[in-house]
Amino acid sequence: MSETSDLPNGEPARSVGERSLVTSERSAKNQIRREQFRVLYRSPGFIFGVLIVGFWVFAALWPSLLTSDGPKEFVEAGPRVKPGSEAWLGTNKTGWDVYARIIYGARPILIVAPIATAMAVIVGTMLGLVMGYYRGWADEVLSRVIEAILSIPIILMAILVVFTFGRSTPVIIGTIAVLFVPAITRTIRSAAIAESNLDYVMSAKMRGESGLFIVSREILPNVTGLVVVELTVRLGYAVFTYATLAFLGFVGSNITDADWGIDVSQNYEQIVRDIWWPSIFPAIAIASLVIGVNLIADSIDKALKS
Amino acid sequence: MTTTEPLPTETEAEHPALAIDGLEMSYIVRGTPRAVLRDVSFEVRAGEAYGLVGESGCGKSTTAYAALRYLPGNGRIDAGRVESGGQELTAMSGRELREFRAQRASMVFQDPVQAVNPVLKIGKQVAEAFKVMGQSNSEAHASALAALKRVRIAAPESVMDRYPHQLSGGMLQRVVIAMALACEPTLLVLDEPTTGLDATVEAEVLDLVRDLRSELNSAILLIAHNLGVIRTMCDRVGVMYAGRIVEEGTVDEVFDNPSHPYTKGLLNSIPRRGLRKTDRELFAIPGSAPPIGASLPTCTYIDRCPIATEICRTDVPPIVDRSDGHWTRCHHADRISDVPEPQEVTVEYNVGTEQVIGVDGVSKTFRQRGNDIPALVSVDLGFAEGETLGLVGESGSGKSTLAKTMLGVHAADEGGAITLRGRQMAGKATARVEESVRAISMVFQNPDSALNRSWTVRRILHRSVVKLTGVKGAAANKRVEEIATAMQLSPRHLDMRPRQLSGGLKQRVAIARAFAGDPEVVVCDEPTSALDVSVQAAILNLLAGLQNEERTSYLFISHDIGVVRYLADRIAVMYLGRIMEIGSTATMFNGTNHPYTEALLSAVPSVDGIAEARIPLMGAIPSPANPPPGCVFHTRCHRAIEGLCEVTEPEMVELSAGHSIKCHLSVEQLNESVHIDPSAVLAVAIDVPLT
Repeated sequence: MSETSDLPNGEPARSVGERSLVTSERSAKNQIRREQFRVLYRSPGFIFGVLIVGFWVFAALWPSLLTSDGPKEFVEAGPRVKPGSEAWLGTNKTGWDVYARIIYGARPILIVAPIATAMAVIVGTMLGLVMGYYRGWADEVLSRVIEAILSIPIILMAILVVFTFGRSTPVIIGTIAVLFVPAITRTIRSAAIAESNLDYVMSAKMRGESGLFIVSREILPNVTGLVVVELTVRLGYAVFTYATLAFLGFVGSNITDADWGIDVSQNYEQIVRDIWWPSIFPAIAIASLVIGVNLIADSIDKALKS
Repeated sequence: MTTTEPLPTETEAEHPALAIDGLEMSYIVRGTPRAVLRDVSFEVRAGEAYGLVGESGCGKSTTAYAALRYLPGNGRIDAGRVESGGQELTAMSGRELREFRAQRASMVFQDPVQAVNPVLKIGKQVAEAFKVMGQSNSEAHASALAALKRVRIAAPESVMDRYPHQLSGGMLQRVVIAMALACEPTLLVLDEPTTGLDATVEAEVLDLVRDLRSELNSAILLIAHNLGVIRTMCDRVGVMYAGRIVEEGTVDEVFDNPSHPYTKGLLNSIPRRGLRKTDRELFAIPGSAPPIGASLPTCTYIDRCPIATEICRTDVPPIVDRSDGHWTRCHHADRISDVPEPQEVTVEYNVGTEQVIGVDGVSKTFRQRGNDIPALVSVDLGFAEGETLGLVGESGSGKSTLAKTMLGVHAADEGGAITLRGRQMAGKATARVEESVRAISMVFQNPDSALNRSWTVRRILHRSVVKLTGVKGAAANKRVEEIATAMQLSPRHLDMRPRQLSGGLKQRVAIARAFAGDPEVVVCDEPTSALDVSVQAAILNLLAGLQNEERTSYLFISHDIGVVRYLADRIAVMYLGRIMEIGSTATMFNGTNHPYTEALLSAVPSVDGIAEARIPLMGAIPSPANPPPGCVFHTRCHRAIEGLCEVTEPEMVELSAGHSIKCHLSVEQLNESVHIDPSAVLAVAIDVPLT
């Protein structure tokens, strides 16, 4: 645990004046961090994950650099063309290029998933810290609420909320964020309980520090490693959840928009007619993004624990 | 079942039970191999007890595990051989190794609670050790019963039916030993078998092992960091430093006539032979032990050695024979007397007369599931300016509760009072006025837990200075640097984080923080028990020095009688939340004692090898929820008077000025010598209620 704390946010203040100090302890410290990074950079999972996620981020930012066709552009090859030289991932029933649609489809998912995750992690961390430090009846009540929420299938909840409040992007983001808060809260809460039992917290109480100070300044910096891991793990889930909602038709205003989940849902029926490529390739795109994010999450977790 | 023939007995006699030869090992940490053992060689013969001592990280435990070739996944043997009875472990197949561990070798670990399965009854677990040997269910059951009898457990039938949590730590360790002995091992490895246990329980376990040694012909490899344990238990000892044995010989030779600068430093750093702070400082070995994997081509101790010369840097030190079987690995074995002796203390320790903090009739009752648990029962204590009050007692006696009540972590019961210079303080720290909060601070047992690991040392100290003294800005920074200097921390340490510091430095930071508010009383809760002895010496010196300059009083809680004796001016003995005896250090060690104190003092294994008649304590400390009637100690007392002690609770009686005991017995009765056979007491029935 003790080693997990300060890897993720390399405090900028320390690097400047410190290089000059050649002390054994100093270099030992830097060495641990360097070695952790080295373990990270050298792990094949991390490299692979970064390559995959990097590719999709690039696609979301500059799709036109990766394909000359637009997502709703009728290509020369015509509709239902098999993957090959004319369109290398084929074309769909409308005559749009599957590859171009996948490239353009990266954007919506990469907007919703990270924002939703970030919001969930921020709220979940704050709640978890406060509950874990103060305990008491508020903690009891909130814990029961969390358990209740966790017992409802996420997709079911999401469908209900989106159905009630509309399918605009902000609603989708908010929904995913709210649904992810309980799990994050629970993880951070248990870490905060463990921290609160340490003597430095007692020492802070004995010198009369306020609860706010103890939670935000004393405990929070010691759970940042966990927060980073939680962030990456949840990001994978968020991608997954968003794609599922899109597949079910609860996302976006137009079913012709380039979106992986929508594309799968619009084309999967044709698999029986042997036209598999318009649905399978977007599905592979979803899977690759989830796997990529999880590979990064696992590698960070492992490096922090090494 | 197996085709492996037992080895003929004559080969057993020829070959030592354990022979380690030129063993080099490394651990792979974050991808890099780091050397932990450097050319370790020693032998343990049948019937012999061999001890390995050294500070943490020196490779003792790695050696113990290597003796059974039981290594963690990242451990790697680079060179050397491990042999047992002529068989080479390093060349064994997985199956042979299993066979070897089941039939011929056993290991006892540090924490008995973790060595047993909490959901299986004791009987089942012990029987399993015999089933592995091929016995049937009923045979194994009978053997298990016999095994428990052998480790002097009185009611083995009832113990067989219990779960591990229903037994005390000492009892559990005896069960673990019973399991280890199931195969009549030729090699028994004990890795810090008593480290987590109370001194009284430690004595009980050591008594048992000593008793068993005469019955068995096993070779024993005992790993301990406590020099006293090694001295009282072993025939020969190897002193390890940074993965290398630097000195080896019989315990008497090595401890009385140390020939390696490291051994000498270690022995000088512990308070021996009743040493007091008024006599001399403790010797602290300068610097800190090299981390594992450090490059140490020649002498491993060179950077901390007071008599090192140029040759130590260029040549590997030779093995120098001192006397028969006693050797040292040092270039300058003949110059060992040049190792400087610790400084005599010239300063006077003046204890003031005015009482700074008073604890008057303080009780503390916890409520748990509707039951009242009296953790403290009308405790009276007082601290004069510059005084150290040592507080001793087994775990569960209420020492920490007393400390926490004084600090205001929880409020004392109505009726008692904690006073600061005569004025009563509020119970809870949050309700106390600023002056009272400043007046008492604390040094915790474990600096890793006590310091926020994501803060720099500067921030840790700065926050306490600002919060407690109200000084801000440049003045606060200046104050931080002043305190750091007083703790012998260098300015570069200020910008480090706790994990960059060694254990000793961390504890200095914790002490610095405790002194930030210029307190009247500092509560030290086992401040050195997590530290190695050489570091402990430096911390004790520091505490003694600070007290003299700052005129601070200490409440010094420790289980180490030697340390308490060194530092304390007065000592209080606690049992079940009550003060049983209080008096000046001199009277405590030379005068008449409460029977409990008498037993506590006799339980300490001495490095000086002076055998004292041990007074064993029977059974475990009773639960505070259900204290015995009359004198709370009568259930374990070797001097209890029937018809009196279990009926009436004794009053505090003043024997001489400032020396009081809570006992019915007269001084004459207390001074009569009693002799109790330790093995008789080991057999006393357990009285842990089946809940």
